[in-house]
Amino acid sequence: MEPTLNDAIPAIETTWVIVAAVLVMFMQVGFLFLEVGFSRMKNAGTVVPKILANFSIAAVCYWAVGFALAFGGAGWFAGTEGTFLGTTDPSAFPAMEFSQAAVPAKFFFQFVFCAVSLAIVWGTTIERIKFGAYLIYAVIFSAVIYPIISHWIFGGGWLQANLGMQDFAGSTVVHLTGATGAFAALLLLGPRLGKYGDDGKPNVIPGHNMPLVGLAVLVLWFGWFGFNAGSTLGAVGLRFADVVVVTQLGAAAGVLGAMLVSYVITRKFDMGMTANGAIAALVAITAPSGYVEYWAAPIIGFVAGVIVVGAIVWIDHRLDDPVGALSAHGIAGIWGTLACGLFTSPRLAELNGIGDGGLFYTGSFHQLGVQAVGVGAAFVSVFAASFAVFYAIKRVHGLRVAEEEERYGLDIVEHGMWGYPEAFMPVPGSEYRPPAMPRGWPPRQPAPVTQSQMATRFQEG
Amino acid sequence: MMKKIEAIIRHERLQYVQDALDQLGVSGLTVSEVVGCGRQKGYTEQYRGQRANISLLPKIKVESVVPSDVVDEAVEAIVAAARTGAIGDGRVFVYDVDQSIRIRTGEHGEDSVRHEEPVGWGH
Repeated sequence: MEPTLNDAIPAIETTWVIVAAVLVMFMQVGFLFLEVGFSRMKNAGTVVPKILANFSIAAVCYWAVGFALAFGGAGWFAGTEGTFLGTTDPSAFPAMEFSQAAVPAKFFFQFVFCAVSLAIVWGTTIERIKFGAYLIYAVIFSAVIYPIISHWIFGGGWLQANLGMQDFAGSTVVHLTGATGAFAALLLLGPRLGKYGDDGKPNVIPGHNMPLVGLAVLVLWFGWFGFNAGSTLGAVGLRFADVVVVTQLGAAAGVLGAMLVSYVITRKFDMGMTANGAIAALVAITAPSGYVEYWAAPIIGFVAGVIVVGAIVWIDHRLDDPVGALSAHGIAGIWGTLACGLFTSPRLAELNGIGDGGLFYTGSFHQLGVQAVGVGAAFVSVFAASFAVFYAIKRVHGLRVAEEEERYGLDIVEHGMWGYPEAFMPVPGSEYRPPAMPRGWPPRQPAPVTQSQMATRFQEG
Repeated sequence: MMKKIEAIIRHERLQYVQDALDQLGVSGLTVSEVVGCGRQKGYTEQYRGQRANISLLPKIKVESVVPSDVVDEAVEAIVAAARTGAIGDGRVFVYDVDQSIRIRTGEHGEDSVRHEEPVGWGH
């Protein structure tokens, strides 16, 4: 059968969804280097197998049951169809039926979201958690916790279908969920050794590589265009271009907001805060990215950049969150979700078919209330489930390495090798060699005079 | 005669050692990251399937030249501040020092390695 022009539409939609999903997959690189950069050298290597293992566990679990729970039907609590991607019939996944993209593409796109959310969980736990805890929680998170929350808000569950909660690409579903898991883990894990002095004041434990943090932030920013603009699940209709612009404006304003506030407070252009400002703004603009006009984006992003600085300073006095995940993903995720209730344009709410316009258009607090209920429901559910899982891990397997092991560092204790071996041990073949002398030094000795030259000279003389 | 104290200690005891010496009027110290071996067991390291036993453990070396009248106190203070009671607490060595000059002022001898008021390093 000859392909017709009508076949081109699903092909275009599928192409954009796959491209966007691959961009989101690349965000794993961002999370990897963000955590590496914010860790001390002795804990830099452990992040590599952690990210690879989590990404892989999530793939298998999300394929087996996660996708079915999240999108396989329109039940109020969870879906049922499509375990092991047993069907690729679009009608089995009604919440995504508006898009003509192929079901496997939609599956892959939703899976990489799950993997992002899982990666966020570990930001608070670095430098002291047992490696096994990652593996156990990853199974439960990617098979059950994340899918159910995403069903409620993305997949036609009660928050989306019954209340009309707006979360375009997952400020709550992905970021608040990950940060809430991180919060539960942190409460059971406690601070790193030496984080709080005898007087309870927080000590500075600087990450070892800020350039890697910079790389990570820009990689995440890059991936975010897939994250937000891909959530259109299609290119036809050209909405995705608007979402790209909204995302960029939000993120840019977040950087400026965080830089400004950190300068006002500390009189320095803080490296880590600027990075956190970018992430916080990207998180905040995620929920509104498909619901707001251009003008609202810089406001939402700027506010996120401002509050993330305050949140990090405030939290640091109480909880040891080495990468700022609670602030950048949690607090900013809440702000972004609530921002829909303020800034959502009625035109776009109608286009997406979810909820109403925000307070600034309609003068009604209704949508803001819905957003608040959604945030509360997601936080309470994820926190309860995650706390229970981490509590069980703590009792059965143990959550934290021994004190002596923490001092050695997770790299050598959990993996038998450092991320930077030469910083810690003599490595054969790298013994000290004196540096090369400048060119022309030492001056060349005159060549010894040969017998025949002597004979010649003697004759001339 | 001035003495040089060299202490090999645990990383996490450094601040306590610094505070103790500051209180005694020691005017400065030099700290380096070192690796070494002693009674404390090393660990097994593994790289892509290959194993190797590593006996060298990271420690902190603190060096300080102190006036003769505070040597004993300083050594006691270091030992007290660095001790945890577990294997791997480290060692303290004391050497004679012939001369000391503070470069900025040209002061010689004991005056150049003493201060009157605690500075509060790291606070």
